[in-house]
Amino acid sequence: MSTALAEAVTPFPAGSAEPLVRLDGIHTFYGKSHILHGVSLTVAPGEVVGLLGRNGVGKSTTLKTIMGLVRPSQGTVRINGQVTTGLPPHKMARLGIAYVPEDRRIFRALTVMENLRTGFDRAGVTDEKRQTLLDKVFKFFPVLAERRNQAGGTLSGGEQQMLAIARAMMLEPKVILLDEPTEGLMPRMVSQIHTIIDMLHAEGVAILLVEQNVPLTLAASERLYIIEKGAVRYECASRDVDANHPVIRQYLGV
Amino acid sequence: MDALSHFLHSVPLDLFIIQTVNGIVAGMILALVASGLTLIFGIMDVVNFAHGELFMLGAYIGVVIVAMTGSFWLALTASALIVALIGAGLQIATLRPLIGRDPLNTILATFGVSLILQNFALWEFGPTVRRIPEPLGTSFTLFYLQYPWYRLFIAVLSAAIIIGFWLFLKHGKFGVWIRATAQDRIMAQAMGIPVPLVYTGVFAIGAAMAAASGVLFAPLVGVSHTMGLDWVLKAFIVVVVGGMGNLAGSIAAAIFISLLESYATIWVDPSQAVIVSFVVLILTLLFRPTGLFVSTPK
Amino acid sequence: MTTVPLEKVRPLGKARLSHTAVFWIGFCAIMALLIVAPLVLPEFWRRFLTEILIWGLLAMSSDLLIGYTGMISFGHSAFFGLGMYGAAGALIAHSPPNLWLALFFGLAGAAGAALFVAFFSTRLRDIYFAITTLIFSQIFYVIIFTWTPVTGGENGLIFSRPHLWLPFLYDARFTSTTMHWFVLAVVAASYLFLRRITQSPFGMVLQSIRENEARTRAIGYAVERYKMVSVMFSGLFAGLAGVLYALQNQFAAPDFVYFLTSGDTVIYNVMGGIGTLVGPIVGAGFFQLVRDLLSRFFGDQFPYLIPLGMIFIVMIIFLPQGLLGFARRWLNK
Repeated sequence: MSTALAEAVTPFPAGSAEPLVRLDGIHTFYGKSHILHGVSLTVAPGEVVGLLGRNGVGKSTTLKTIMGLVRPSQGTVRINGQVTTGLPPHKMARLGIAYVPEDRRIFRALTVMENLRTGFDRAGVTDEKRQTLLDKVFKFFPVLAERRNQAGGTLSGGEQQMLAIARAMMLEPKVILLDEPTEGLMPRMVSQIHTIIDMLHAEGVAILLVEQNVPLTLAASERLYIIEKGAVRYECASRDVDANHPVIRQYLGV
Repeated sequence: MDALSHFLHSVPLDLFIIQTVNGIVAGMILALVASGLTLIFGIMDVVNFAHGELFMLGAYIGVVIVAMTGSFWLALTASALIVALIGAGLQIATLRPLIGRDPLNTILATFGVSLILQNFALWEFGPTVRRIPEPLGTSFTLFYLQYPWYRLFIAVLSAAIIIGFWLFLKHGKFGVWIRATAQDRIMAQAMGIPVPLVYTGVFAIGAAMAAASGVLFAPLVGVSHTMGLDWVLKAFIVVVVGGMGNLAGSIAAAIFISLLESYATIWVDPSQAVIVSFVVLILTLLFRPTGLFVSTPK
Repeated sequence: MTTVPLEKVRPLGKARLSHTAVFWIGFCAIMALLIVAPLVLPEFWRRFLTEILIWGLLAMSSDLLIGYTGMISFGHSAFFGLGMYGAAGALIAHSPPNLWLALFFGLAGAAGAALFVAFFSTRLRDIYFAITTLIFSQIFYVIIFTWTPVTGGENGLIFSRPHLWLPFLYDARFTSTTMHWFVLAVVAASYLFLRRITQSPFGMVLQSIRENEARTRAIGYAVERYKMVSVMFSGLFAGLAGVLYALQNQFAAPDFVYFLTSGDTVIYNVMGGIGTLVGPIVGAGFFQLVRDLLSRFFGDQFPYLIPLGMIFIVMIIFLPQGLLGFARRWLNK
């Protein structure tokens, strides 16, 4: 069934350059439950890739596995060709991988500025560079500049999402793993998230976007993977499908 | 009511004031010990049973350095640094392998460490009580007592160390890392904060604070290999009464409990006065298990 | 995932029929050995073995809390000490000293302490329980240490041993051999009793509290009441060990109420194997044997707790199932 569909849509041609992120045959367990059954995917430098699938099929686990938050039992994670499987998350962050989790997980008792500090307080960041980073982020999210001395926990949901993304940007990442950024946000905020993704894309940051919101994902990403039962079932260029496409309906339809 | 006021009037005011000063002095040292303990608990979820032994070890190292160099201030700083290194080593050897296991394992491991340190001290320094001479010889008259300036000085210095530590937590780069880790260690690590290093660092800082208080305390009563248990128990009580992992609460609780114990010695033997703090702990656990000095969590 | 968490190494309470047979054969064989032992061992080792049994009983009593209910008690010295002082009081106050009165008052003392701890500490979990039990034991220690007119203070109490008097059956002075048998009988009976408890529905609830307290409460069990009863049982058997120790050594001293006794008890548990009942006895034997060997080789002043403390930590990290658990696993290979 899925092979027939795969023929119907031209898969995105594999790039010749070494991908930024590359997963090969990842198997991940939580205790005894087998979550990922051999996930393989790639993200090219500067590329926005969508990861679609129903709840609980392993999308978030895929991001966590890349980040080193969970250790796969099998398979390899490569960043720029270098095998990073089993590296702790703080080393992954230093390799230019930033993670914006589903529940945002901003440091609630830290101020906005301190939240940002967790990202830019690292070796090799000069005062000048810190200022450029802050300027950029505050241009992206003027509201954060206003609230820079406010505790993170007092921000609204949308502001917290901005802070989570801004905090990730402080790492000057090559790729941002963005987990359900629109979850629980007002519709107005959803379009703003789209804008943010486009802006990051324009900056040359690659994004691996996990979403439930199909129209947003199709519009914001260049390429997409569909995950079902812990494995990639389908891959295509985002422009080749729309929300009514049979593949989308099969794997995500209501 | 009448009986109570009579009871209170039976205590002379000067004695009451002297005991208040004593209580605050003891409370500041205890606050310094307890801040390290509460920091380690707040960040690492580790109840450091060996904290009292780090205090004791700091005091002994102070004794040795004072005997060698005659300088109290050198002893204070060197002891804190040496014990910080020992603490870092202990954390790496005994606690790091236990990360992710049932937290009760860490109590057991630090209990093992305390046994080793205590017996090492007995072996190395013998059972006799050692003393450091008071670094400031002068005293002032407090009613009928010649009250040593040094005691007040301890209180001030302990407060200074605690404030310095608080500023470091608030503004230092490592301080922000520590607070971020305390709130969400996974997200902190995903933000590139080397959490294992933060753990080791926090343990080292806590150990240094315990050692510094040990050296400050050494001129008052003297140093013995068994003093660790008394101090760790008091510090536990303070940390629980102040609200686990709550720095400001611990400091308030340290002063509160030390004052109570100090007043209790007006009527009972000092060895029995500790029961007062035990009772405070029991009452706290029964009626306000989140701690006396924290606002009720939302 | 290279290490085994505490909760995974505990055995399931259920034993299959063949296991039951194996158990009784093993039990009888070990009993036979322990009965014969005092007849062949020299005086020193006879006493040594008796003491190991007593420490084993103390450790076993605390295993009921650590291994089954999942609460680490750092205050077992209080129960042990009150058993000891209760027995001492009865032996001194009543003339001629009577074995059963000593037993009764020892147990009553331990029960009093246990009731106190059970009432105040059981609503607390994990480290809070550990700390409060420790603090309670210190309260008892301070009282015993400072209440010199009654407890003898620092010097403790010295008394003479009662006769081994079994009504209508037997009445004679204790010898070190009959003392050993008496202790063995009490420890073996306590073991069988504790084993029965842990395998009963009550014991199952305790284990379920250890695994998931919230869920056990949600199912409808009165968790606090179960915890209280387990603390009571644990305290009573610890007190029994205290009575035996008083009978064996004819003194009661505040040192035994001090925290170090509780600490040793926890060490016996971890070394032998938590949640096995027999393990703690093995742990006590191992600890005492290593300690004795060390002081034999290096002299009495040797700080034996330094190497033993290191072994203890290494075991927590690499051998969390203890010696017995390790042996079991090795035999099953």
